Amino acid sequence: MPSPRYWREIPSRYRLEAGRCKGCGVVVFPARHICPSCRGEDVEKVRLSRKGKVITSTVIHVPPGEFLMEAPYAIALVQTPEGARLMTQVVDCDPSSVLPGMEVNLEFRLIRKEGQGGILCYGHKAVPTP
Amino acid sequence: MIARAHMQQYGTTEEDMAWVSVKNHRHGAKNDKAQFRREVTVEEVMSSSVVAEPLRLLHCSPVSDGAAAVLLCPLDHAKKYTDRPVKIVGSGLATDSLALAHRQDPAFLDAVQKSAERAYEMARLGPQDIQLAEVHDCFSIAEVCCIEALGFVEKGKGGPAAREGLTAVGGRIPVNTSGGLKSKGHPVGATGIAQAIEIFHQLRGEGGECQVENARIGLAQNMGGSGASSVVHIFQGV
Repeated sequence: MPSPRYWREIPSRYRLEAGRCKGCGVVVFPARHICPSCRGEDVEKVRLSRKGKVITSTVIHVPPGEFLMEAPYAIALVQTPEGARLMTQVVDCDPSSVLPGMEVNLEFRLIRKEGQGGILCYGHKAVPTP
Repeated sequence: MIARAHMQQYGTTEEDMAWVSVKNHRHGAKNDKAQFRREVTVEEVMSSSVVAEPLRLLHCSPVSDGAAAVLLCPLDHAKKYTDRPVKIVGSGLATDSLALAHRQDPAFLDAVQKSAERAYEMARLGPQDIQLAEVHDCFSIAEVCCIEALGFVEKGKGGPAAREGLTAVGGRIPVNTSGGLKSKGHPVGATGIAQAIEIFHQLRGEGGECQVENARIGLAQNMGGSGASSVVHIFQGV
């Protein structure tokens, strides 16, 4: 992913900024201008709690090139208490322990390095709740 | 992740999914145009290398080279080209979010259901009228989800279908008589047309060793983006 695109995603990646529809209350991550549920256009910014629960998960054994060194690693669909869902890596644990129902915290982490130029991309990763 | 959600919600097992590959390879072994013309056993599938849990290598279709073509024309012109044309009686398209996080239920393919409903409505037919189907088995779990969304089995009951023989030739609703994406191969852009060609052959009684008896009505379902978009066509012999 080129840096400019990554930078445009900083509000969601750095601050977990989501949108809450003032019409129907649905929380969507990342924020959108139009509510996908009721099509309302009055959407306010909210920051998600930095915790959630695993809805479903997988362990990647054959990764894309950039993540070769990390395999096997767990990826999960995590739902926050606000009802928003996001896809995230689950780290600092045995990947095989990441299963539906697991409680996690979302922590600010390095996601990847871009090219040889040393551009670092940050975002959130999940870690099991102690 | 779809597979694990399905296992979690409905008790589908890795072995259930392995049977989809076993069944499709059984069909594909008899298709002289298939990429992998050989059978595989449940043990081989279950011991193949892990790609993304719970999916193993033999749960995954290949990415293939290939081409497919059909001749489309108004029915009253068709007799110029063949004595036994096949009619398209229903067509439906639907989309869903690409991101799994934005879907209602990660274990169900909404777009497949909606596209099927539209095709059934146009054809004035229902799932019970379909005698055979080609569905997008890019991964074994995809066939499980597709047969549910197409209405061949109840929601959540797709897991045991292949193991119980329901979707094999001779079963209630044979699925992927060509071998499917898994065994016939998945030349991505050509896959949808290749599915239509299999239904065409079947409805003309040219299905070879995998011929479905008295096949008159068949369905082809193709999708992209793990179910972000789905297209269903229903065909009838003339």
